[in-house]
Amino acid sequence: MQAVHKYLGARPRLTLVLLAALLVILPFVVGAGLGNSWVRVLDFVLLYVLLALGLNIVVGYAGLLDLGYIAFYALGAYLYAWLASPHFGLHLPFWAVLPLGAALAGMFGVLLGAPTLRLRGDYLAIVTLGFGEIIRIFMNNLNAPFNLTNGPQGMNLIDPVSIGGVSLGRSLRVFGFTLPSTYLYYYLFLAATLLVIVIAMRLQDSRIGRAWAALREDEVAAAAMGINTRNVKLLAFAMGATFGGLAGGLFAAFQGFISPESFNLWESILVLCMIVLGGMGNIPGVILGAVLLTVIPEALRYLGDLQRATLGHVVVDPADLRMLLFGVALVAMMLFRPAGLLPSRQRKREFSAQDGVAEQEQADLYDARA
Amino acid sequence: MSLLSVRGLKVAYGGIQAVRGIDFEVAEGELVCLIGANGAGKSSTLKGVMGLAHPHGEVLFAGERLHKLPTHAIACLGLALVPEGRGIFGRLTVAENLDMGAYTRNDKVGVQADLSRAYELFPRLAERRGQLAGTLSGGEQQMLAIARALMGRPRLLLLDEPSMGLAPLMVMKIYETIAAIAREGVTILLVEQNANLALRVSQRAYVMESGAITLSGAASDLASDSQVRAAYLGD
Repeated sequence: MQAVHKYLGARPRLTLVLLAALLVILPFVVGAGLGNSWVRVLDFVLLYVLLALGLNIVVGYAGLLDLGYIAFYALGAYLYAWLASPHFGLHLPFWAVLPLGAALAGMFGVLLGAPTLRLRGDYLAIVTLGFGEIIRIFMNNLNAPFNLTNGPQGMNLIDPVSIGGVSLGRSLRVFGFTLPSTYLYYYLFLAATLLVIVIAMRLQDSRIGRAWAALREDEVAAAAMGINTRNVKLLAFAMGATFGGLAGGLFAAFQGFISPESFNLWESILVLCMIVLGGMGNIPGVILGAVLLTVIPEALRYLGDLQRATLGHVVVDPADLRMLLFGVALVAMMLFRPAGLLPSRQRKREFSAQDGVAEQEQADLYDARA
Repeated sequence: MSLLSVRGLKVAYGGIQAVRGIDFEVAEGELVCLIGANGAGKSSTLKGVMGLAHPHGEVLFAGERLHKLPTHAIACLGLALVPEGRGIFGRLTVAENLDMGAYTRNDKVGVQADLSRAYELFPRLAERRGQLAGTLSGGEQQMLAIARALMGRPRLLLLDEPSMGLAPLMVMKIYETIAAIAREGVTILLVEQNANLALRVSQRAYVMESGAITLSGAASDLASDSQVRAAYLGD
């Protein structure tokens, strides 16, 4: 209950009801106000929130810098495509494939974690980066001698999620309303996101969560406290990867098409940026980061239209501008809010404790006199 | 029978032999110190006992062989290490640090009692329980590290250079506390460069030099030993 109050303020029930109502009507508001293409953006926002929450376990909670996180997303997506597309002629239902994809990704998480147990910081980052690229390159080349991934062409006609005979891949008519596919997926993704948020919150406050925090702060001391650092590290990799695999499966079903291109290094870095920007280790911060870094690039597309309308032609390609603004935003963040937009309790205090340094010197003096 | 008994302990890093086969004992309820100059192999000895380095030789704790056990398993047997440089969890609060010390315990009532005792022993920590441990002064951090180790109700407390980097008066305070903890019956193995202080609180002592034990005996005898006085006590 403590966690609920931490995030929802003094009147949690009211806040919760309002928040739920907002999330339910959000696609209709967005669809009516900005057009249905924005509901699709909303779907991607939720996928990235899932990814960011998963990576946050590895990076934010356990302090293990993972630059190959997108590989787990890829594994979840490819497993979904293998088991639910014409590629192998298999069409298993989503409720069977999604957990399998998440489990496969979790297994690979352990596989990545095991040989990197002794690595830290930059060294770990390099190895995980390599791992991410290896998975992508495998996907790119495993079309011969046996066609497993269909190479760079990717895999097509992946089955949409179908719940109780209702396919989410087509518009649904209920009570005279027509709900497009993107709306239906929104609710599925929302359910998955809420599930993952609850799990992430419970993990943070659990014994495991405390062990992760200790590991992040000082590995030797953590081991001396009786924490099995090896298992706890592997668990962080596995949990993070599992969420990534789940998001990957949802992504494959939603898009109906996947190719190695969707899983490049840039995506890993993007998800990491979401965490850093939003506030590492803090769930609302991570969600905010994912929302901003998905929505802002989409919004910038309008700059192209704006230029065409005012200047007659496109002077600056919004795609280029996106990267530039992205860089500026991150530099500004590091200067003005180094702990993130919504920092975790610890990081907020750590950074605000800069003036605490003077205080500490004072304390040292006091020590000397006491 | 001694609580900790070490036979032929060797610790090497790469090709460098830091500890060259030493024997020592710590009996239940004793405060034993291991003194010696910088680089004599004192910290490596503790690391060897705690499974943090790759030791050779025999380490028996309450009759159980520690050899090849991982650090967390050794900690679960009842050895608590206050590492060199304190090893506090800087971005956790004082209270959370103490809580981590009791990680392996699940007797809530006992943990609560030990927590009150820790705050009694270190009133400064009680004042600062909500503060991030990284913002504490050096002396307070050392207190926190010791208090945290005690939260595991260890059968043997290993202290690695508790005086390091602290102001002289703070060092005195830390040593008063160590003596108080020993009086309560906690067995302590203390590693210290500051021989003067260490000999004053200990019952027995071992002197280490270049990875070997060169002298041992009652702390009071060693404190008056002319060789020790010349080498470590500045006479």
